[in-house]
Amino acid sequence: MTYSEKVLDHYENPRNVGSFDKSDENVGTGMVGAPACGDVMKLQIKVNEQGVIEDACFKTYGCGSAIASSSLVTEWVKGKSIEDALKIKNSQIAEELALPPVKIHCSVLAEDAIRAAVDDYRKKQSGSGEAQ
Amino acid sequence: MSELPDQGHFALFALPVRFRLDEAALGAAWRALQAQFHPDRAAHLSAVEQRRALQWATRINEAYNVLREPLARAAHLLELNGAPVDLERNVGADAEFLAQQMQWREALEDARSDANALAALAREIEDAAREQQDALARACDDQQDYAAAAQWLRRLHFTERIRAEIARFSSHRMTNGTAANC
Repeated sequence: MTYSEKVLDHYENPRNVGSFDKSDENVGTGMVGAPACGDVMKLQIKVNEQGVIEDACFKTYGCGSAIASSSLVTEWVKGKSIEDALKIKNSQIAEELALPPVKIHCSVLAEDAIRAAVDDYRKKQSGSGEAQ
Repeated sequence: MSELPDQGHFALFALPVRFRLDEAALGAAWRALQAQFHPDRAAHLSAVEQRRALQWATRINEAYNVLREPLARAAHLLELNGAPVDLERNVGADAEFLAQQMQWREALEDARSDANALAALAREIEDAAREQQDALARACDDQQDYAAAAQWLRRLHFTERIRAEIARFSSHRMTNGTAANC
């Protein structure tokens, strides 16, 4: 398997690797996994009062394409409203990274991770609405 | 020779359609079929019949390889029962299990320079794999709960993956563990 230059770039210099405090009210944590290859991906977003994602980080155990997909997504969601972040489609990720068909599931994983992170954030906010 | 059967692999070896397997019975049935349909034995037959013997031999080996491999066997069993496991589907709902996976991966990273920690982690994961396989067997054979079985099978795929990674690490002592050819 030969990786595209963009995949290699993200793989060798992953952006925003790390973790936020999971219990922070402004942090949404999305955890997803792909049984076919056993990859696990954690994406976290930090959302400000205006509903804008001001920071994002990830931790992925998987192949180069999965690491690159999640690394790219952390860059893309930063500065976006959560609504706009949800509009990111796996096809855009796959196109940007020039993923081959067998690696499309890695981009799907990254898209699902955004959704899971936003869901987690929204659940936290609705659970403690008066905190704002 | 008769036509290729399009029934499940279990029928080919006259085995019960279930997850728990009599490995000796599978091995014996496989060897008997192999002997019967080996291409060498068709050498004196017509080209058509030789081709058919080859198809049979291939079919027998494919079925054998599926049945003797627990994860492949479970997937086949679920398919026969109309509940195919979709391994391409991502799991986000199984949050607790994914958190466990993350924790194991982190522990594996930390254990890279510590042989004792690595051995302890390997044991923990072996135990978990055994428990998952037992639960899979119960769901398939005792409860006929194929949705639950599919869940256990998806989990087992993750566990198999980290087992393979530990084995690779133990043998190569390579550094960059996040790189894997999935």
